[in-house]
Amino acid sequence: MPTQSSFVTPATPMRAYASTADLAISPPSHREASDRARAVASPKDLRTEPAPVRFVIIALAVTFLTVFVVLPLVVVFASAFSKGISAYFSALAEPEALSAIRLTLLVAAISVALNLVFGVIAAWAIAKFEFRGKTFLITLIDLPFSVSPVISGLVFVLLFGAQGYWGTWLQANNIHILFAVPGITLATIFVTFPFVARSLIPLMQEQGTQEEEAAISLGASGLQTFFRVTLPNIKWGLLYGVLLCNARAMGEFGAVSVVSGHIRGETNTMPLLVEILYNEYQFVASFAIASLLAMLALITLVVKTVLEQRLDEGQTPRDDPRDH
Amino acid sequence: MTIEVKNIVKKFGAFAALDNVDLKVGKGELLALLGPSGSGKTTLLRIIAGLDWPDAGEVRIDGEDALGHGASERHVGFVFQHYALFRHMTVFENVAFGLRVQPRAIRKDEATIRARVKELLDLVQLDWLANRYPSQLSGGQRQRIALARALAIEPRILLLDEPFGALDAKVRKELRQWLRSLHNEIHVTSIFVTHDQEEALEVANRVVVMDKGRIEQIGSPGDVYDNPATAFVHGFIGESIVLPVEVTGGSVRLGGRPLNIAADGAASGASKLFVRRHDMQIGPAGTGSLEGAVRHVRSFGPIQRAEVTLSGGEGKTVIEIDAPRDRELQAGEIIGLQPRRYRIFAAQE
Ligand SMILES: Nc1ncnc2c1ncn2[C@@H]1O[C@H](COP(=O)(O)OP(=O)(O)O)[C@@H](O)[C@H]1O
Ligand SMILES: [Mg+2]
Repeated sequence: MPTQSSFVTPATPMRAYASTADLAISPPSHREASDRARAVASPKDLRTEPAPVRFVIIALAVTFLTVFVVLPLVVVFASAFSKGISAYFSALAEPEALSAIRLTLLVAAISVALNLVFGVIAAWAIAKFEFRGKTFLITLIDLPFSVSPVISGLVFVLLFGAQGYWGTWLQANNIHILFAVPGITLATIFVTFPFVARSLIPLMQEQGTQEEEAAISLGASGLQTFFRVTLPNIKWGLLYGVLLCNARAMGEFGAVSVVSGHIRGETNTMPLLVEILYNEYQFVASFAIASLLAMLALITLVVKTVLEQRLDEGQTPRDDPRDH
Repeated sequence: MTIEVKNIVKKFGAFAALDNVDLKVGKGELLALLGPSGSGKTTLLRIIAGLDWPDAGEVRIDGEDALGHGASERHVGFVFQHYALFRHMTVFENVAFGLRVQPRAIRKDEATIRARVKELLDLVQLDWLANRYPSQLSGGQRQRIALARALAIEPRILLLDEPFGALDAKVRKELRQWLRSLHNEIHVTSIFVTHDQEEALEVANRVVVMDKGRIEQIGSPGDVYDNPATAFVHGFIGESIVLPVEVTGGSVRLGGRPLNIAADGAASGASKLFVRRHDMQIGPAGTGSLEGAVRHVRSFGPIQRAEVTLSGGEGKTVIEIDAPRDRELQAGEIIGLQPRRYRIFAAQE
């Protein structure tokens, strides 16, 4: 199962583009929204193509979507249930499957929590302060998106592996990072770092520092300002980032595959287990786990749509046009 | 409470936004800080409030060194140019904010806070908006809420940064008078920033005129209008006719032609003659030391405004004068002109 990711630096808030093998996420841009508005305002513009051409274009789009998105999803669920419902559930109840689910949840929980904190701090620093090397920091945040996850994983092998930089010292002190939970978590944190920061930076930049300054001049402490003013203003953006971060953390394959060591019942996450089971021709079990990931993707999509609506509401300047 | 600003210097890179600013504001005073955009008004307010730090100088609030304290400890009410209301809070919660974030030891109970907020909303006459969000208010309403919010903490001093800058002319005039009477009511020491001279002259007891990070003049509204200290102040406050003149000894010449006015001690050399539009005496051709042809006349109310092309001298200088309507001017007419009141400032390069 190949994993790839791409990233487009957002000009307007909320345009983190991320795609994993399990889900493709591309939030709407404001330009698209206004295009849509224009289309509604002057429907005739769209009707200049003759009917057959329109039909062909729509048919092509639908076919493409069906073949590449709907069909695979259907296949996942069909294969998972091909031996009946009880086979499906007993596959999920296998100790190996349960261990993979547990590990995935644990790793995702830790990575999301840490990236939430780091992401907010990084976005805060970038959006609200001027300092030297800021551009460099922004570039650095994007780094995990611009290198292949396999390379990200290899970096950790180079650092913590037996032949690696700190390998000897770690071995001497009996600390296990590689081929253990810490390594998997580190790799996941690295790969998913940009999501929270990236979804917050444009939002925070747009909001500026005025409200914070007002809060401080009213006597609020730094913490009070953050929790009472900054956080409520970015909460939807933050949830959005967390959602994408979580989806990627649970679905990550490449980086985790390199550092996991594939120890059965111990260091296999769900995506890794899917591949292993598939290679062993255990199709029902493999697709049963895959179906969980697919469901995660569907839920993520729904929540994402809701959040985007919230964000759009928050974004459209609620300012009175008369005054500006 | 008094405010004292001593020798403040603030640089952004090599650019001095404030260049040795010295200022004292007395207890209960409402002072206007007037200057063109970019003259450093906002920067000065931010430094007093503790939102920015000077490179040199002192800020004292009520005699006490303020630079040793952060913005949150200074008890300075700040009304921002663009309101900066908390967008996710209702009007009520916006005003209550300063009371809710007080240290637990001195924080008032909920009932007291509610009563106080109600009182403030009454003061700005907007109690009926308590449950709205800032986005649901008009600009003038937002500005008044911003003021109520700043007053909630019972600030030692109040700083208003172009509070009416973003509003339309009519609302602005109303709020101006309202602010004036509010100040009479609560008497908190206030600095009010504006780039609108009329606003400054109308609202304040004392006006500080700033340009390019320096204070050009401090005085009563009448003072800065009648006795401008510098060419800049003369040009910035009230409309002026500016003529390039040559001062030699005690005589003043325009394009080689003597003007029948005293140099008033102005130094010899290239200078600028400033005359208010209504201080140019007009009469029939031949009277006065200047002569000109009326190009165009517009009359409104008690005055007529005439565009006059000065004759003689190099090129064609066109000036605008305001004259009473006791004698209607005609386009094409030749008239004599004589500055009645004027100021001469050395021409700066
Ligand atoms: N953060 C800043 N960085 C660089 N230059 C600034 C900054 N803030 C203000 N300035 C400059 O300082 C000068 C004074 O600005 P300001 O105090 O906002 O003027 P005013 O409020 O009188 O319009 C302006 O030329 C402005 O460009
Ligand atoms: Mg300003």
